Amino acid sequence: MKDMLVQVEPLIPALRRYARALMRDRAAADDLVQDCLERAVSRWHQRRDGSVRAWLFTILHNLAITQFRQATARGRHMPIDDAGEQELASAAAQEQRLIYQDVLSKLAKLPEEQRSVLLLVAVEDLSYADAAAVLNVPVGTVMSRLSRARERLLQEMDGVAPGNVVVLRSLK
Amino acid sequence: MNQRPITEDDLHAYVDQALEPERRAAVASYLDNHPDVAGRVAAFATQREQLRGALASIVDEPLPAELNLSHIIEGRKRRPRWAGGMVAAMLLIGLGGLGGWTMHGLLQDGSNGLSSLAQEAAYSYSVFAPDHVRPVEIKASNSAEFAQWATTRLKQPVKVPDLSASGYRLMGGRLVPTSHGPAAMFMYDDDRGNRLVVLTRPMSNRDLATPMMPQSTGDVAGFVWAEAGMGYTLVGQLPGDTLKPIANEIRKQARPI
Repeated sequence: MKDMLVQVEPLIPALRRYARALMRDRAAADDLVQDCLERAVSRWHQRRDGSVRAWLFTILHNLAITQFRQATARGRHMPIDDAGEQELASAAAQEQRLIYQDVLSKLAKLPEEQRSVLLLVAVEDLSYADAAAVLNVPVGTVMSRLSRARERLLQEMDGVAPGNVVVLRSLK
Repeated sequence: MNQRPITEDDLHAYVDQALEPERRAAVASYLDNHPDVAGRVAAFATQREQLRGALASIVDEPLPAELNLSHIIEGRKRRPRWAGGMVAAMLLIGLGGLGGWTMHGLLQDGSNGLSSLAQEAAYSYSVFAPDHVRPVEIKASNSAEFAQWATTRLKQPVKVPDLSASGYRLMGGRLVPTSHGPAAMFMYDDDRGNRLVVLTRPMSNRDLATPMMPQSTGDVAGFVWAEAGMGYTLVGQLPGDTLKPIANEIRKQARPI
């Protein structure tokens, strides 16, 4: 169990981040991570060789998917996280915060399979092969989902990004 | 030089910094010559940075107590034993509450406590013998360890009966809760999958010694007796004349030499 502690503990913050980004609710996300860790402890000796990181994300991802399906079956809406209402001093920091909130709410509009792949690859730095293992799909599927996720998020962001306003003005 | 065409996958790998240096340079020079594609790739890169930035603070938060891995590992080590006991205890309560599920036979008086022991064995049999996942908590391979543990918990010497001469192999055992404290349960099976349960615990009368008596509850039947203050019972779903010689064997082995 000592090697498990050494290998798993440093990954917990990243697991929380992935769970939070998927669930958009702090308590629900942490519950999911706790479930994931309990499973990891009980199945530590059953894991196959390979990346512990990918193994943990696989457990977490499957738990999240199960939750989504149950939530959909119950017709419940995913709660939206307030992300903490702390005051931000500078205007620049405030603007940054608005951009961040915007990208997260746009991300939430993506289909679940596109959202997971984008988070695993672009935020959690999983290799394409590891992401494929987590999602249990071929690498080719990871690539096509990633491409669709990025295009769609770009479309969502269009029309509100400051850059676009400039483009529209320049057309006059 | 044979330049492979740039693919959509290359563009994403470029954004994700997942390309070999050589390929990365090839994509970079392609983008230099294709500003429209470069614009898209730059937008993907910005998107990536925004996502990372928006979620970055989460990894710096202190971990809540319930995500402390050491605690989870500790909790895991303690749980199975406790959970097994609780299930047995709850089922005992549940079964005890069912009217009509009562002991029959020669043991209705309960004066010497053997009727309770017989009932406990029947409960243990109905709970654990049909269990395909975990009928015993401690496997036969650790029977010496189990005997030691049971001896400590029952505060009486506990020996694991050897029924191999009768064609029954030890599967293992567990401690089960009774209203008189812990009892040691041993489970055996034969080649046809018939299972037997032996339950033993100290009796409240520390000198109790009784002859062997038949008992039955529903379709679980067997024998119960006491020797030097220890109560013993053997139960199973087999006819009495099959069980009787096995009970005699247990009695013989349990006698202090």
